[in-house]
Amino acid sequence: MAEAALRPKDYKSGLKPIWCPGCGHYAVLNGLVKALAALGLDRDRVALVSGIGCSSRLPAYVDSYGFHGVHGRGLAVAQGLAVARPDLAVIALGGDGDGFSIGGNHFIHACRRNVDITYIAMDNEVYGMTKGQASPTTPMDWDHSKLTPHGPGIRPFKPAALALAAGAPWIARGYSGNPNQLAKLLAAALEHRGFSFLHVLSQCITYCPEQTDWKAIVSEREDEPVTRADAAAQLFLAEDGFATGLLYAEPRTPWPPAAPAAVVDPRLAEAFRP
Amino acid sequence: MSRTLAIAICGSGGAGVVACGELLLRGWARAGGLGFLRKAFGPQIRGGESAALLCLGEDETYLPTAAMDLLVALDWNQFARFEDEIALGPQSTVLCPDDDEVPASVQASGATVVALPLAAAVAGAHPEGRRNMFALGLLGQLLGLDAAALAALATARLAGKAPAYRDAAAACIDAGAGWPLAVAVTPPARPGGERWLLTGNQAAGYGALEAGVRFVAAYPITPASDVLEYLAGALEAVGGQLVQAEDELAAVNMALGAAFGGADAFTATSGPGLALMTESLGLAVASETPLTVLNVMRGGPSTGIPTKSEQGDLDIALHGLHGDAPHLVLAALDIADCAFTTSWAVALARQLQTPALVLSDQFLGQSLAIVSPPGLHVALPAAAVETVDAGEYLRYRLTASGVSALALPGDPGRRFTADGLEHSERGTPSTAARDHAAQLDKRARKLATLGPGPHWGTVDGEGELALVTFGSASAAARAAATRLRAAGTACRVVCLRLLAPLPAAALEEALAGCRRVLVVEQNHSAQCWRHLRAHLGDVPVPAESFARPGPAPLDPAAIAAMLAEEPVHG
Repeated sequence: MAEAALRPKDYKSGLKPIWCPGCGHYAVLNGLVKALAALGLDRDRVALVSGIGCSSRLPAYVDSYGFHGVHGRGLAVAQGLAVARPDLAVIALGGDGDGFSIGGNHFIHACRRNVDITYIAMDNEVYGMTKGQASPTTPMDWDHSKLTPHGPGIRPFKPAALALAAGAPWIARGYSGNPNQLAKLLAAALEHRGFSFLHVLSQCITYCPEQTDWKAIVSEREDEPVTRADAAAQLFLAEDGFATGLLYAEPRTPWPPAAPAAVVDPRLAEAFRP
Repeated sequence: MSRTLAIAICGSGGAGVVACGELLLRGWARAGGLGFLRKAFGPQIRGGESAALLCLGEDETYLPTAAMDLLVALDWNQFARFEDEIALGPQSTVLCPDDDEVPASVQASGATVVALPLAAAVAGAHPEGRRNMFALGLLGQLLGLDAAALAALATARLAGKAPAYRDAAAACIDAGAGWPLAVAVTPPARPGGERWLLTGNQAAGYGALEAGVRFVAAYPITPASDVLEYLAGALEAVGGQLVQAEDELAAVNMALGAAFGGADAFTATSGPGLALMTESLGLAVASETPLTVLNVMRGGPSTGIPTKSEQGDLDIALHGLHGDAPHLVLAALDIADCAFTTSWAVALARQLQTPALVLSDQFLGQSLAIVSPPGLHVALPAAAVETVDAGEYLRYRLTASGVSALALPGDPGRRFTADGLEHSERGTPSTAARDHAAQLDKRARKLATLGPGPHWGTVDGEGELALVTFGSASAAARAAATRLRAAGTACRVVCLRLLAPLPAAALEEALAGCRRVLVVEQNHSAQCWRHLRAHLGDVPVPAESFARPGPAPLDPAAIAAMLAEEPVHG
């Protein structure tokens, strides 16, 4: 049963985030509680699941059920939970290293599996918690890390294009510098039935101060979302990775179908009679 | 000692050797007999060689043996691949085709070779006839089984095939059953009584379901895939769910997610998969999420010998988790016991809110056996769970038992975040030394205060000599004890089902007064022996080790000989 008239702040746990001042993740947290309040979701029936990284700390800051797992595996936990408990609103979240590097395999299979969860990837193009190493989305010439002093030297990949190729039916991009749009996208992602992938450009003020330039680069896409995969492929390959909005949405039935009703006496032993 | 009859059936891949063996065993089971079948096969998917190795007996002590009383060769292609597993001697009889040269090793074995015109006999029985069904008829004749009953089993198995195949099978079985054979074997007596026919892997899956498992995450791996395949079908009947994961990392984490949601969750794997899962088993310990993982052991390390048995994963099961991570490790003692042990593990995991690892192995998992209806763990010990919280709900509240009340998503007003980060009682991440110490103590206390109850293992026999073993090595240890007792030497056998937490007090009591203790296991580095030495020290005497790697079966005669010999000191 939905709780009556909860305000966004009622969805916060009150725990003070460990994030640096100016971190983009605050905007995601604020947008998320705003979306939860706007949809009036019951806090007892929301479950936030994450892996490891700065962004993966978020579940503790929301007053709901949460599971803070190990690095890269949040999506797997979230899918198991959602399959076992279809009555819950299950939200997986984490960073670019967690989701696209160590958890990359789970990302592509979550896209194609299309379990009814929301996945928020908070992408700041850097491993922040380990003090600033390159991630799969770091520009190839970013030379601020002692681990890759000449820059990673390999091309970053495009999460939205990857999600599309892997079969994700709902793909959107938000930006931490545009909180109103972000909150709306979060609400839309939560409302979508099936796997919704929300890629959030969430700046790291500490290790990538140059990301303050994103404000000038980001564009807001006002068009209706593309509904065909071939058109979406063209869009994702052509755009610079900074187009925000709901980019692609194609109706697709979530998996799995509802569990069959339990047989009262399944007579499991019968299978073993010689 | 009870009489046994070991029968090998071999032939090219696709010749239907396994179908022949399974039908024979089913027919034998219906007639009230006891026995089991294991399969030997190469790594090929199809087109390689295979062999069905049956051992019929008068009790349920099921030991793999290579010494065959009877070999039926549908052809001799690639027979050399089985020479490790099919040992022939002067006591053996070989039935084989008369149009193919008998391998030199078979001729040299001294076995009685009976060459039959298999090709002509099969063609004469039915144009679509196959040798495997003719062989089934022959074997049925030797065992005194009713040909019509065997034909009914075969045609039922072929229900989905064209009628001509069913007719051909029935005709070939009939022809084999009536073929004039100048061979006689003495089959074991058939005790009758209610029996089931199943593999250890099926038994484990069955035990999991009966214990309440309703969510399974699955990633295929030999020799554990058939647990998952059994569960895929059976879960539908109980209203559960199975998800095929993209890898073992996902499988264990999906199971954790479902368990966090309140489902009894399960997955099954083998060594390489268990290695991938260990990080997340640590997460299950730290977040106190119940979970049961069945590890069907195979030859290792690395890819090792995927299709053959070894008990080499005890070390990783006990010690593979990083940090101080108390968890449960159990081992199934025989094929039927895979059901009991798995059901007990699910109950213990739920009771203690921690992961339970169940060890079986390729031999237990993939042997098809006629067994008494397996026991199940039904009566849960009274859980020391504080279900009512005084005031504020604290997920990781420090309690006397170490177990704290587990809220599930949806429970009103008990919201918390389960965490693999060290945390306070509330679940808030904490790096404070006092929280770490308190939570480490709490998690250890859950296992330390677990009374092992009556199921920790089995103890039988008396005297100053003892064999201690775990899991599937129990059969070889018991057979060794039977030999010793027959020779007038008293001997105890202790078979461990619960390996962690080790029931040290019960074990010490079981071994009190022993002069000599021998730890029997099927691995190279004496993993169980080291585990016992670490926990028991020299109680009552320094234990010695009988550890042999797989896949060669443990030899009861060698175990008995070592225990009976006086140790050489100095």
